[in-house]
Amino acid sequence: MAKILEARNINKYFRKPVEFHVLKDISMSVEEGEFVSIMGKSGCGKSTLLYILSTMDSDYDGELLIKDRPLMDLDQDQLARIRNEDIGFVFQFHYLLAEFSVLENVMLPAKKLGLKSYAEIEHDAMEKLKLLGIQDQALKMSSRISGGQKQRVAIARALINNPSIIMGDEPTGNLDTKNANNVFNIFQELAHDQGLSLLIVTHDDDFAQRTDRIITMEDGLIIS
Amino acid sequence: MKIGVILSISKTHLLSRKKQTIIAALGVTFGIGAYIIMMSFMTGLNGLLDGLVLNRTPHIHLYNEIVPSEIQPLDYVADFKDDVKIIHSIKPKQSQNRIHNALALMSYLEEQDEVRGVTPMVKAQGYYMAGSTKLNGSIMGVNVMQEAEFYNLSDYIVAGTAEALEMNENGILIGNGVAQKLSIGLNDYVQISTMSGDVYPLKIVGLYQSGMAEVDDIQSYVNIKTAQRLMGESIEYITDINVKLYDMNLAPQLAKDMEKMHSLTAVDIQTANAQFETGTAIRNLISYAVSITLLIVAGFGIYNILNMLIYEKMNDIAILKATGFSGLDVQRIFISQALIIGFVGGLLGLLLGYGVSYLISQAPFETEALPTIKTMPVNFETSFYVIGIIFAMISTFFAGYFPARKAQKIDPVEIIRGQ
Repeated sequence: MAKILEARNINKYFRKPVEFHVLKDISMSVEEGEFVSIMGKSGCGKSTLLYILSTMDSDYDGELLIKDRPLMDLDQDQLARIRNEDIGFVFQFHYLLAEFSVLENVMLPAKKLGLKSYAEIEHDAMEKLKLLGIQDQALKMSSRISGGQKQRVAIARALINNPSIIMGDEPTGNLDTKNANNVFNIFQELAHDQGLSLLIVTHDDDFAQRTDRIITMEDGLIIS
Repeated sequence: MKIGVILSISKTHLLSRKKQTIIAALGVTFGIGAYIIMMSFMTGLNGLLDGLVLNRTPHIHLYNEIVPSEIQPLDYVADFKDDVKIIHSIKPKQSQNRIHNALALMSYLEEQDEVRGVTPMVKAQGYYMAGSTKLNGSIMGVNVMQEAEFYNLSDYIVAGTAEALEMNENGILIGNGVAQKLSIGLNDYVQISTMSGDVYPLKIVGLYQSGMAEVDDIQSYVNIKTAQRLMGESIEYITDINVKLYDMNLAPQLAKDMEKMHSLTAVDIQTANAQFETGTAIRNLISYAVSITLLIVAGFGIYNILNMLIYEKMNDIAILKATGFSGLDVQRIFISQALIIGFVGGLLGLLLGYGVSYLISQAPFETEALPTIKTMPVNFETSFYVIGIIFAMISTFFAGYFPARKAQKIDPVEIIRGQ
């Protein structure tokens, strides 16, 4: 199977307040359709790793490839383009734009990508909302829906440009068990039915146990 | 497509905070409005004041000045060349008031490219007779229609017309002050006694008021032929030549040249009215300084509001960046908000400025100096409105630029990790 995401010998230092070696020679990869979780204690560097893998943090040493394309020499605008096209994000906090409707929130990354007409994007966005079972909320303001629904909207937004990989930083961390289960099931469906790769950082042991592979980190190293 | 997305985000930001948007735009509105009002009114007033003096002053005034000769006979003696010579009681040389060969000189001046018009003048001294009393008078013989064309004579006529004077060789356009002193009015006759003692009756065909009492109390206008007749001189007798140029700024140089070439005294308008130029420049400077201050204050308002907006929208900025909006896109979102505020506020400012200027222009304004003006002078020049809106856009651009740069530099990782 093709590697969607590959990291080779990633090293990362925090320079302030004192120099600190956060990630030590990390190498890992995620394959197409694979549902991978990263576990580890607070401060072990798992989130830091995720932000490097997501291209948002470009201050690191080592090699990073998405769909075999090296990303080390790209500038910020090119990286933004890659995030737009190939990566979908789901965070612990939903980060919806409060003044926009649910539908507009989902459409925004596609509008930025600018490959499709407004009508097509709107149609796609409705499809994604339908997939997540919240199409009836489409026209509500995003500040007016429940927390579980917000997280599903965030997932729909992550999916809108049909990315190669979804990255999540504790996407169920703020949700109750029922909603967390919901989100997990959605992820699993995406991975197994649609062949999407997922890389999820989590604290939740139950969640991690049900994924295809668990990467465990400790003190900036991958231990398993 | 892309700019559409950015604008739709800015629009949503602006509309979801209507109150602050309106306050920011009002700042610009008042700044631009005040600029338009100040400039319109100030330049209107400047035009009026300039017109008061500059429009009726010739750009170059040529005449024969009676002065003692620069070179005295003693200077011709070679023996005393390097000595200090002291001569007492020098008197001017006997010479004529008239300009020598004036008609030829006038037609020569007419042919010059820079010259818009040349008008002759005969200055005659005399007395206005009122029973047994005599009032000192200065009678100007002019070509009436030319005077009206180049020096706006008609604007100062309060009764009668310039045409009436043109058509009546026995007519006189008399200063309002003189008329009041003599208790005479339109269509009455006034007796003019010349220096040589002859008395001529002239019919009053008009009254004029320059606004300067010392002029209105002694001066009057007649046709040039009438003046020549009063002086008992021929048609060649001309004491002054007034030159109007296309470009006033050439006057000092041309005056110098003419003085040398024709051995006459030539006074240019800048020398004659230096203080007016200065006054105009300073008034303009004050208007600009006040307007710029107002706009800077408005700019700080916008800066402040956008700065606050950016702190409030940290999460939005972070997620926009995470989902693929570049730093530049984010910067554009905030700059476009500033520009929209600037444009809308600026347009309203233009309307406000126009409205108030219009009201001012309708306010009554009576002045002795300009009898034909009844309302406040306001200059509705289009360039103020163009400058106004450009100014609004530039100042709001800078007010938006700095907060927008801050937004551009926000690191999404820091925001997202901080939650």
